[in-house]
Amino acid sequence: MIDIMALLNEIKKAPYREITVSAPHTGRIEFAVKDTGIKVDGATGTWSERPGTLLARLIREGNAKPLHAPEKGEVVHFFDIEDGQFVQAGTPLLNIRHFLTKQEVIDIILKKALHLFKAPEKGRYYFVSEIDIKIKSQGLRSVNIRDGDEALILSRMKRETIIHYEGPDGIIYTTYFNSNESVEMGGPLFGVCPEDQVNNIKTVIDKIQSGWEEQE
Amino acid sequence: MTEIDKQIQDLKERLQYIQDIFGNRENANVSLLGSKLNDFVQALPSLGPSQIKRQLGSLSDLFTFLENKLEKELTPMDRVRIVRHPQRICLKDILENVYDNYTEIGGQGEYSIDPSMIIARAYITRNVGKKIYKQPVMVIGQEKGHGQEFRNGGSVKPWGNAKALEYMKVAVTENIPIHTYIFTPGSYPVEDYPGAAQQIARNIYAMAGINVPVVAVISEGGSGGAEAIGLADTRIMLSHGYYSVISPEGAAAIEGRAKSGGRISPELVESCARQLRITAQDNLKMGYIDRILQEPALGARPEHFDFFKKLRQEVILATDEIILSVRGIKLFRAIALRKLNNPNIYVRWGLSQKSGERLLWRRYQKYRSLSQWAYRDSTPAWQKYKRAVSETSWSVYSFLRYEFFGRHQRAITHLAEDVQGEVHALFGRAMHKASRLLRKLPGVKNEKEEVCQLTTLSTWEEGMSWDEHCRYISPQANQDRTLPCPNTVKFNCLDLWAPDLFGDFAGVCSHCGHHFPMEYEWYLFNVFDPRSISEFSPRLESLNPLDFEGLEHKLDQAKKQTGHKSGCMTFEADIKGIRVVVAMLLARFRGGSVGAAEGEKFSRAVEQARRKHMPFLAYVHGTAGIRIQEGTNGLIQMPRCTLSVRRYLEAGGLYLVLYDTNSYAGPVASFLGCSPYQFAIRSANIGFAGPGVIRETTGLDIPPDYHNAFMALSRGHIQGIWDRREIRNNLHHALRTMGGEFLYYR
Repeated sequence: MIDIMALLNEIKKAPYREITVSAPHTGRIEFAVKDTGIKVDGATGTWSERPGTLLARLIREGNAKPLHAPEKGEVVHFFDIEDGQFVQAGTPLLNIRHFLTKQEVIDIILKKALHLFKAPEKGRYYFVSEIDIKIKSQGLRSVNIRDGDEALILSRMKRETIIHYEGPDGIIYTTYFNSNESVEMGGPLFGVCPEDQVNNIKTVIDKIQSGWEEQE
Repeated sequence: MTEIDKQIQDLKERLQYIQDIFGNRENANVSLLGSKLNDFVQALPSLGPSQIKRQLGSLSDLFTFLENKLEKELTPMDRVRIVRHPQRICLKDILENVYDNYTEIGGQGEYSIDPSMIIARAYITRNVGKKIYKQPVMVIGQEKGHGQEFRNGGSVKPWGNAKALEYMKVAVTENIPIHTYIFTPGSYPVEDYPGAAQQIARNIYAMAGINVPVVAVISEGGSGGAEAIGLADTRIMLSHGYYSVISPEGAAAIEGRAKSGGRISPELVESCARQLRITAQDNLKMGYIDRILQEPALGARPEHFDFFKKLRQEVILATDEIILSVRGIKLFRAIALRKLNNPNIYVRWGLSQKSGERLLWRRYQKYRSLSQWAYRDSTPAWQKYKRAVSETSWSVYSFLRYEFFGRHQRAITHLAEDVQGEVHALFGRAMHKASRLLRKLPGVKNEKEEVCQLTTLSTWEEGMSWDEHCRYISPQANQDRTLPCPNTVKFNCLDLWAPDLFGDFAGVCSHCGHHFPMEYEWYLFNVFDPRSISEFSPRLESLNPLDFEGLEHKLDQAKKQTGHKSGCMTFEADIKGIRVVVAMLLARFRGGSVGAAEGEKFSRAVEQARRKHMPFLAYVHGTAGIRIQEGTNGLIQMPRCTLSVRRYLEAGGLYLVLYDTNSYAGPVASFLGCSPYQFAIRSANIGFAGPGVIRETTGLDIPPDYHNAFMALSRGHIQGIWDRREIRNNLHHALRTMGGEFLYYR
């Protein structure tokens, strides 16, 4: 059992993630961003079609390949590489500090606190009628589920298969699928948490929703 | 509200209208009207009834006087503001006031597949002598609906155009004339099926073959949207309307970006509106409309009933004239119509089969003769003469070969085939039995099949030999560097060395198959048989017919850079021995945009293919659309070339279109999009408007692969996607399979 409050406090101490940008292949590096403290943007647009801030160019065989910032953040550290130096593939170039958003914090906590039940194969998923009725009448988080219970119906090409739940006992805390959309194999279907933890998680998440300040 | 209040309100509205039309411009007359009206309203309580009446009368006279004066000061941009004003007459007003009765079909108000396109079955009653005639007509047009939101400003969606097409066909079945009313700033540029460009192409193609009279009335003729219902026998333009290849704002955005990259200034928009020559007078001078219908000062509004009366007479007259121009018995009535302008002459609005054919031929000739002055043909006189002689002799040869001998020959061949079949059916069994008997005779040996295969020599299958090509080295291959494939992240493609990529791999990533752009020369050397290309009309030259600022210089640059005189190269060539006529749009010449010269070359190529009974291939190396700086001279190429294509296809031709790189707008929405066989090379992007324009006009966010060839294929706009390395084989294959036995249907 994990202590969720402790986890949140730990995140609060360092509310960011550091991303190391390294050279994708060998080549001569030319930095476009030269100082620490510069703010950079990640890819934007509905389809992430606009690349992030240009960090550097990696030149190999006359081919200048641009390196863009993968996430929004701030350049905090340059590794000991000079402009124009030849680097090997995988050489770390610089660190970007990405401050966590509300959603990211919630995701981290839920990922640690919940047991995710994943899709065994690609297809559309529905809850079995027993669970479905319960969810509809009493809402999510009212369904107790045990290892081996019939949980879902997988529907694919008009073939319907019953899926049994495997994992620790608990309550269905959240679902990640829509019954009209197909889920890829390995995609999360729902998250289960032990009964006694439910309130704990709820308070923490409410706290994040109301109190988390996103830093630029 | 008293009568006086009503009159004051009316004057206020007139003033507001004038202010709207003149935009932000300072005008002494407009401010004079404003101050006079203001003074009157302020002094109102102190005036007696007779004074009020007198002053109102003089104020109203002043308004009329100054409106007439202001009329002369209208700039082209003011006219644009007039046609876009919510008080401008719209199609519903015309249906109410011009026709005697109508039933709207295909939708009611909001509840329509596309409320911006209205179709109505209407009739006009005519009293001639003691008789009353009801003459039915199909009315089709865009509806701006005095600013109703759901009308979308008359910007028609593809399915709206499809609806229009459906009812044009109904009109043909019923043999009644079509009146189209063009009130559109342009088509709604979405690609969802049937697709903006493809549907407009289908409409134009169909209108090229509609054998009932079509009269078009243009108020706001914006680009492709206007052409979708605009291919008419008579085009009447309202005096305050505009007819243009692009909205002045659009043109300014294109021009402005090239110059500064900042916000577009109103002065630039104004100057573009002036330079594009969009007014009725300009279009009449250039020959793209047949006549102008004079509107009241500062444009027609719904209360101008006299104007509707004039419009009614005009459309009746136009329809009568078209009918009489193709009908047998017409002499006196035609004279009466033209000379006396007498509307009380009855002409039946149905056409016989033969008259219909004459109408189509007249329509073809009308459009074929347009925009002849907008390009230069610097071919020496003796070559022109030679061309004329060769064209005539080809026509004679074709007639003899295909029409005269061809028909008899075919009849004989068919007869021979039938006879052969009969003989075979009759003697086949008998021969079989006889041969079995023969084999049983002691002297004759039966050779086994395996033995036969092993002891006789094998031969190469026909068509397997590889022609040695003259090699073309792309200038891109002459650089010592590598290039990254854009799909590296997805497929882990390795970087490609330029000499390999452009020299040996035909510009195709050897790992994922991504196509890098290649020059058109590569295709000349690698698709067609070596030394088989013979170019024709190379000296047809693009000009700057509207004296658009800066175009001259840009054209000179393009001519110097490419060595071509226009953006279209036309030639005859062989593909594995099959002779084809090719028209190629060059992306490097002003983005492959189509103007008068390109349109003329394209039409000539189609005619050449028709004359010589050859398949016709339009290879689109890239086209950015119609060359906007040529204004309507460019726009008119859409119906013009489509008419040529239709004539060719109806004569039995095989028309293939192959898209490469980027193909957008006008050409795709007309003479390219109307082909039944359109293919694309993997790298192609095909569409009506680019992502930027779509975002601006519709507010929709467009995914990056929206115009991609695969998306076009899944929307049903094209029929297949080919690998660049396989074009030669695929083209040959397509010619053999679609072209049939003679590579020409009939």
